[in-house]
Amino acid sequence: MSTTALEPAALPTGDAAAEARYAQATQLQLTWWRFRRHKLALVSLVVVALFYGVAAFADFLAISDPHATDARRSFIPPQGIHLFDEGGFNPHVYGLKGVRDPRTFKLAYTPDPARKLPVRLFARGYSYHLFGLFETDIHLLGIEGGGRSDGIFLLGTDQLGRDLFSRMMVATRISLFIGLAGVTVSLLLGVILGGISGLYGGWVDTLIQRLIEVLRSIPTIPLWMGLAAALPNTWSVTQVYLAITVIISLIGWTELARVVRGRFLALREEDFVVAAELAGASQMRIILRHMLPSFASHVIAAVSLALPAMIVSETSLSFLGLGLRPPAISWGILLQDAQNIQVLAGAPWLLSAAVPVTVVILAFNFLGDGLRDAADPYG
Amino acid sequence: MAERSVLSIRDLAVQFRSEQGTVRALDGVSFDLRAGRTLGIVGESGCGKSVTARSILRLIDWPGRITGGQILLDPEEPQPTDLTALGPESRRMREVRGGRVGLIFQEPMTALSAHYTVGNQIIEAVLQHRDLSKADAKAQAIALLGEVGIPHPQRRIDAYPFELSGGLRQRVGIAMALAGDPDILIADEPTTALDVTTQAQILGLLQRLQREKGIALMLITHDMGVIAEMADEVAVMYLGRIVETAPVARLFAAPRHPYTRALLRAVPSILATPRQRLSTIGGAVPHPGLRPGGCSFHPRCAENLGERCRREVPAPVPLNEDGGASCFLAEDAA
Amino acid sequence: MLIYLLRRLGLAITTCVFISILTFIIIRLPPGDFVDAYIANLAASGSSVSMEQAEAMRRDYGLDQPLPVQYLRWMGRVLEGDFGVSMVWRRPVTEVIGDRLWLTMLVSLAALFLTWAIALPIGIYSAVRQYSIADYIFTTLGFIGLAVPNFLLALILMYVGFRYLGLNVGGLFSAEYVQAPWSLARAWDLAKHLPLPAAVLALAGTAQLIRIMRANLLDELRKPYVVTARAKGLPEARAILKYPVRAALNPFASSIAYLFPYLVSGSIIVSLVLGLPTVGPLLLQALVAQDMFLAGAIVLLLGVMTVAGTLVSDLLLMWIDPRIRLEGQ
Repeated sequence: MSTTALEPAALPTGDAAAEARYAQATQLQLTWWRFRRHKLALVSLVVVALFYGVAAFADFLAISDPHATDARRSFIPPQGIHLFDEGGFNPHVYGLKGVRDPRTFKLAYTPDPARKLPVRLFARGYSYHLFGLFETDIHLLGIEGGGRSDGIFLLGTDQLGRDLFSRMMVATRISLFIGLAGVTVSLLLGVILGGISGLYGGWVDTLIQRLIEVLRSIPTIPLWMGLAAALPNTWSVTQVYLAITVIISLIGWTELARVVRGRFLALREEDFVVAAELAGASQMRIILRHMLPSFASHVIAAVSLALPAMIVSETSLSFLGLGLRPPAISWGILLQDAQNIQVLAGAPWLLSAAVPVTVVILAFNFLGDGLRDAADPYG
Repeated sequence: MAERSVLSIRDLAVQFRSEQGTVRALDGVSFDLRAGRTLGIVGESGCGKSVTARSILRLIDWPGRITGGQILLDPEEPQPTDLTALGPESRRMREVRGGRVGLIFQEPMTALSAHYTVGNQIIEAVLQHRDLSKADAKAQAIALLGEVGIPHPQRRIDAYPFELSGGLRQRVGIAMALAGDPDILIADEPTTALDVTTQAQILGLLQRLQREKGIALMLITHDMGVIAEMADEVAVMYLGRIVETAPVARLFAAPRHPYTRALLRAVPSILATPRQRLSTIGGAVPHPGLRPGGCSFHPRCAENLGERCRREVPAPVPLNEDGGASCFLAEDAA
Repeated sequence: MLIYLLRRLGLAITTCVFISILTFIIIRLPPGDFVDAYIANLAASGSSVSMEQAEAMRRDYGLDQPLPVQYLRWMGRVLEGDFGVSMVWRRPVTEVIGDRLWLTMLVSLAALFLTWAIALPIGIYSAVRQYSIADYIFTTLGFIGLAVPNFLLALILMYVGFRYLGLNVGGLFSAEYVQAPWSLARAWDLAKHLPLPAAVLALAGTAQLIRIMRANLLDELRKPYVVTARAKGLPEARAILKYPVRAALNPFASSIAYLFPYLVSGSIIVSLVLGLPTVGPLLLQALVAQDMFLAGAIVLLLGVMTVAGTLVSDLLLMWIDPRIRLEGQ
């Protein structure tokens, strides 16, 4: 008895103005106020925003053409930018120098401290379309002078001599947006099927619930592998991209449908919905005007928990070689290079794509947890 | 009041700590439980009734703790035991739980585990306090079920709680509380969750058990009707304090505290004139963390004296047979 | 109880039928049919097939029939244990799969038991000692476990093992036992190799289960029956283990239902990275080579075995929860 009375949320603020503010706040506003109290979730929100920032400006942040191969700069280890030179601030990187291995007589390229190449901000590089609209060749970082093979290799290069950092920037864009697209399709399926299920009940509900149960008891990866492998080889990168999006979104909708149905069932009994029904509001109006706003926050939380699953699915499929196909670049495709343990042992930096995958999944999970708590403090 | 006191509580204080500050759940509570008598404790939700019950058994969970006072078992013996001095998980404390003090709960459904048969749960309690073989403990459990008026105890002992009706479940709860043969029973709202007929049966059962075994009964309730029927003495609690104690007849005839008067006015009466409005107490019980200064009842008190009630705390209830009220009005009248 | 049992059984059968239809779609999905692929495969190895032979093969396999008929014929053969012939291996599919299916199940089951063995005590501890330092450490580890996809973890372990310990941590058998017939020594060798892949697979599920156990137990710990148990004079540890933990075990046990498909799924990718002789690598090869009968058989068998595992877990749940056991009696 007295323990429930101790809930901090039950403490009145004693401030009439604040109370009025609470009374008039919408469901989303209330959720946001509660959400702000979760520090970890707030930090995660910033991290996620940064990731999408990277995605939006991927080409601007990339240093060299992510598709440009160059056999001479194969497997160059990560190079830092040297900030100071001759006592002054003078950021530079080293140029490459060909060295013949005394035993194998193979020519290998290594950084040469004797050749210093100055690093410039907003330098010119390969040309691209910013937001797919404006053609430009301005990049955040670039070097002045140097040969065709020289460059800044913050994360090293792969076997074909492509700069891993630049590839990672572009991969971030594709991996994040495929997750977003997948979640959108899932959400549509989830809201429609979950909504029908919750709204009409009866045999429709039973049918949809059974379908969800069936889908959840199947090991998904082998099935999706099968579906993905069945995509024709002749399809273009874009077609494959769309098909993979649809395939991975088939994974996520069941959970979203469950959330939507649960909210529908709970809300159907709520006084304000009954009141709207009695007042003669149309069913569409009740759903759009009264029910949707009050479970929007739940759906947002469910979406942010579904996103990491989408990203992992894409990464896994691409990693197996069944997802996106080169020349598309995603985190999974970057990690594909790390599959061979011999290669990996010689070039461990190929694993660096694991970092954004992990960080973004962690951030989405914290964010989703925070949102779920905020949307439903008692659930 | 010649009956021997078996449990004396003196100035008991319990605090809960939270980020918002310290909440004084109990603030100087004193009373006695006497063999063969019933003390009714009454008050609104959140006034500290249940915390009192749990403090006696030392079952207050973190962040709550006893910060002052004594709970004396056998206060009239040469060497009484102060329960507040025992470790909550000590062997002696565990012997007191169930062995000296039995606890009966409000919700017989949630107070029993759905995963074990009632027999399993009662036998466990028997074995905890008596040195018996399994077969003897089972016989004892069946006897207990019969004693609390459960028909076909041999069969019911293998039933799961969810297979029994609410009334039967509460009888099981009572049988379990009696398993260790305690001489003190604490019943925390034992009939709130039951329908009226069953309520009367359970109260009758408690009365009969008390008579037969000379048990000291502490009956926690918010129902004045139950108090009138069962209690010998009554303590009225408000926000962690006892505001009035009295023999039951006097409490109903001449309540001394404005809060008691308000509680009594809020009881529906068949003597009331038709269409007479049922009186309620203005306002709500404040959050225990925001206890008003002075007399804590003053913001809701219809008879408050203004400045004095806001500033000064009235003296606690006297510990004599006739009881009294912790109120300036009562002090002035005396 | 009977109703519950029938319901579960019905669901399992529906799921199997659903899986078989999906499998059939997968088999039929690539452009051209099995015979085209077979001919292309033969052509690649230098032999050729005449048009008449191809038509005869099509009739033989019923490829000239409408799709539902083809499906039923295929199902009929599958139910007799005939999964067709693998094109790449030129051997019956069942022979190619061999031990691999059982090893897949073994790895998944080992991961399942490991998940439970780790998650149960940690979950209990985290709930009973909520907000203790250990609770925070386990919670943090749990989040990391949740965030690192298991194939990445496998990659990292492979790298660390290779780079710093100089050994190949993959595989399920030592070199001398890979081809050896089953013997006690081979089984022991398998037992020694099993923990690592099982641990890799178990990590994410463990993190999830710890959270579930912790949350459920926290709920149960607040219930009045815990106070009842303690008010009887039971020692705290006994009161907690007998009552709230017992109650929190139910959702825990039912977690197999979704954990098992998830582990089987995960084992596919982890097997590829760690080079385990499970159906995982075989499935990928088959899919890449469009060896659809082999791929279909693997997908179907995996699905059916997963459903069977889930059904067993449901029966287990029924057995431990008196409320379900006594329902409708």
